Amino acid sequence: MIRNLLRILVAVLATQAPVTAQEAVELVPAAAGEAATALVVRSTTDYLILRPALQAFVAKNPMVSVIYEQWGSNALYANSLSACKGEVAQADAVFSSAIHQMVDLVNRACASPYRSDLTAALAPSRIWRDELWGVTHEAAVIIYNTSLVPESEVPRTRFALLDLMRQRGQTYQDKIATYDIEASGLGYLFAFADSLEATTFGALLEGFARSRAIATCCSAEIIKRVATGRYLIAYNVLGSYVDAIASENIGVIKPEDYTLFLSRAYMIPRGARNPAASADLLDFLLSSEGQSVLAKSKLVDLEDSEATGLPISARRDIRIEPTLLVAGDQHRRLRLIGQWRSTFKK
Amino acid sequence: MTEAIATQRSLLSRVMIAVFAVLTIGGIIVALASWSYGRAAARQAYDRLLVGAAQDIAESINVIDGAPLADLPVSAFALLGLASNDRITYAVRGPSGNLLTGHNTARIPEGRHRPGSDTFFYDERMQGEPARFVAVVRRFAERNFSGNVSVIVGQTLQARNAMAFDLASRAMTAAAFAGVALILIAFLVVRSAMRPLGRIADELSARDPYDLTPMETNVPAEVGVMLVALNRFMLRLERQVDSMRHLISDTAHQLRTPVAAIRAQAELALEQEPPERQAQRLQHLLRRTRSLGDLLDQILSRALVIHRTDNAPPVPVDLRDIALAVVEERDHELIAPGIEVELVIGPDPVVVMADEISLGEAAKNLLVNAMRHGKPPIRIGVSLDGITASLWVEDAGTGPSSDVLSRLGKRFERSVVSGGTGLGLSIAQSVAEAFAGRLHFDRTSRGFCAAIELPVSGESAT
Repeated sequence: MIRNLLRILVAVLATQAPVTAQEAVELVPAAAGEAATALVVRSTTDYLILRPALQAFVAKNPMVSVIYEQWGSNALYANSLSACKGEVAQADAVFSSAIHQMVDLVNRACASPYRSDLTAALAPSRIWRDELWGVTHEAAVIIYNTSLVPESEVPRTRFALLDLMRQRGQTYQDKIATYDIEASGLGYLFAFADSLEATTFGALLEGFARSRAIATCCSAEIIKRVATGRYLIAYNVLGSYVDAIASENIGVIKPEDYTLFLSRAYMIPRGARNPAASADLLDFLLSSEGQSVLAKSKLVDLEDSEATGLPISARRDIRIEPTLLVAGDQHRRLRLIGQWRSTFKK
Repeated sequence: MTEAIATQRSLLSRVMIAVFAVLTIGGIIVALASWSYGRAAARQAYDRLLVGAAQDIAESINVIDGAPLADLPVSAFALLGLASNDRITYAVRGPSGNLLTGHNTARIPEGRHRPGSDTFFYDERMQGEPARFVAVVRRFAERNFSGNVSVIVGQTLQARNAMAFDLASRAMTAAAFAGVALILIAFLVVRSAMRPLGRIADELSARDPYDLTPMETNVPAEVGVMLVALNRFMLRLERQVDSMRHLISDTAHQLRTPVAAIRAQAELALEQEPPERQAQRLQHLLRRTRSLGDLLDQILSRALVIHRTDNAPPVPVDLRDIALAVVEERDHELIAPGIEVELVIGPDPVVVMADEISLGEAAKNLLVNAMRHGKPPIRIGVSLDGITASLWVEDAGTGPSSDVLSRLGKRFERSVVSGGTGLGLSIAQSVAEAFAGRLHFDRTSRGFCAAIELPVSGESAT
C-alpha cells in the first residue's frame, strides 16, 4: 500500500521536478506499519549497500519510515545548496562520500548541530563543529583482475603501479581505469587528497597519460569491467563497493606507500523537518550495533593493520575539517582539473 | 555574659559584611577587567592566525596568462583550522573588486579600505553569525597584469570567545579563591582581635564585687586604651569608696567625743543645784553644740570636696574670684565677729584648671582656721610666681605646732580641744592635690602663711 503510494509520489515528483538528478528513491517502511515520521535521507551510497543498516534502524524505531533518495555526489551537493537557500525542500539527513562538499555545506551554515555521547566519542578527524560526522571507514584501493594480471605484476604500491605503466605500457594500454574527477565528487576528493601527497601524484598523472588510462564514472561500472577483463587495473576505487559487488576474480590492494581512508559524512540540514529522528538515525549508525551492521556491508573497514599488513604510518584518513574547503576552491579546482584534462586528453 | 558575646558577634558580622561588600565590588571589577583582558588577548591571538592565513593565500597568487590565479594553500586553512569549530569564508578579488575565487559573500564593506594600509581588520556578520575579517592587499605590476588583488579571510568567533571565556574564568577562579581566603583570614583575624574583649568580660564578671584593683593591660593597643580607661575608672571608684568609708568612720569617730562631752555637760547641768551654776553649764553646753555644728560643716565640706574633685572636670578658674567670694560671703564674721579680713589681689587674672566649688571650700577652711587659731590681722590673697599660682591666707600668729603639721593628711588629726585645725587643712590639702598642686606652709615676717599652690593654666600665663 505504502509502496504503491510512494511510487505514485515518485512519479509525481519526477514529472513536477525534472531538474532533480536523483538516481533512485526507495522506501524502508516503518516496522509498525503506520509511520508517524517519514525520514528523508539523501545519500550518495548505493541503496543496496546501506539497506541492512536502514532496516535495522527501522526495526528499532517502529514509528519511523525512511525515504531513501540516492544521488550523484555533485547533484546532491547542488541540491543541498539550493535546499539551504530554501529553494527546494530540505532533507532530514544528507549522507555523502564527497566529504569536501559536506564540509563546504557546513561552512555555509547549512547544517544544524547535535551532540550525544556517541558523537562526542568520535575521533577528532571524524567530526566538525558538531554538525558533520564521519560514519563509515573505507579504504581507497587498487583493484585488479586476478586471472589476467600475473601475481608478479600486481602493484602493491603506487611506485609499482608507476613502474608497471612505464615498463609494460603495451599490455596495460587502455586497460587502467579511475574515476572521472569532473563527474564524480568522490573521484575529485581522492585526486585532491593524492595531490596533497604531491610527488607521486604528478608521476601518476604522467603514467596515466602514457598508458592512456580511462577516466570514467561510477564505482559499480568500474568494478564490473575489471571483473570482465575490460580493464585490468582500477586505481582509487572505494573498497566497500568492491566487497559489496563481490566478484570472483577481483584482487584488492591497499597501497603500502599510503592508503587513503574515507569516512562518509552525515549531516542534519538546518531546517530539517524531523531533526530528532535524523539524530536517532545518526546515533544508530554510530552505535556498536549500527557499526557492526555497516561492517557487514563493508562500509566499516574493521581489518587492523596486522591482518592487512598495512602499517599504521601508511594510513591516511581524509580528515573532516576546514582544510577540505581548499578542495572546493574554484582556482584550485581549475588547476587540478586542467592538469587532469591534459592527462586524459578529453 | 551573653550580652558580651552578642556584642562580639555583631562587631564580627559588621566587619564581615564590610569585607563581603569590598569583595563583591572588587569581584565585579575583576570580572569585568579579566573579561575585557581575555577578549583582547583572544582577539590578538586569532587575528594573527587570520592575517597569517590571508598572507599565505596572497603569497600563492601568480599571474598566469594575464590573470591572477590563486593556488590556495592547505597550510592557510590548517592555520584557520586551529580555531577548530569556526566557520571560514574567503575571497580573492581583482582590482575592480571582481571575485576571482572563493565565496562571493566575503567582500570589503564600503569605505573600509583606507589607502596606504595593505592589511586591515573589520567585524562583519557571516551567515547571521558575528565574525572577524581581515583583508590583505597584494600589488601586482607584471607586463600583462597590474593592479591590486585583495585577499579577504573571515572566521566566526567561537574559538575567540571560548579563549576569552577560558582566560577570564581562570582569572576569576583565582580571584574567587583569593576572595574566599580573604574572607577566612578576615574572619580569623577579627575573631582573634575580639578575643581579649571576651577575656576581659570573663575576668570582670568573675571578679569579687569589691575587687577594684587594675586589670592586666597586656592586650592589643586598641583594647588597651579601653582597659586603661576602665582601670582609671575603677581607681576613681575605689578612691571614692575609700573616701566614703573613711568619711563615715571619721565622722563616727569625731562625733563620738563632742557628743559624749555634750552628754556630760547636760548631766552636770541636771545635777547642778544653784541656778547660776546651771546657767554656766548650759553656756558650756551651747558652746559644745556650736562646736559640733562647726564640725559637721567641715565634714560636709570635706564630703563635698571629695565628691567634686573626683567627678567635676577641671575648668579654668580665676583664683581672684575665689578669694573675693570667700571674703564677700562673710561667713567668718559668725566665727570671729569684729575681725577684719584684708583682700590682697592684683589687677591680672590668675587662672588655674580646677573646680570652683572645691577651691572655695578649701579657701574658706584656710580662712576659718586662721581666724580661729591665728592672730589678726588676717589677709587673704592671690599671687603668681612664674608657673605657680597660689591662693594664700596669712595671719600674725605662729601657726600650728610642727607636730600638727607633720600629722597633716592623716586621719583623726583633730583633737577635740584644738577645735578642727587638722580637718580644715586636710580638706585644703586634698583639693590642692586633686588639681596637681600642693598645700604649702610658710612662716613669714608677718606671721604664718598657708597657701594652696597650683600650676598656672595657659590662659593667665600670657
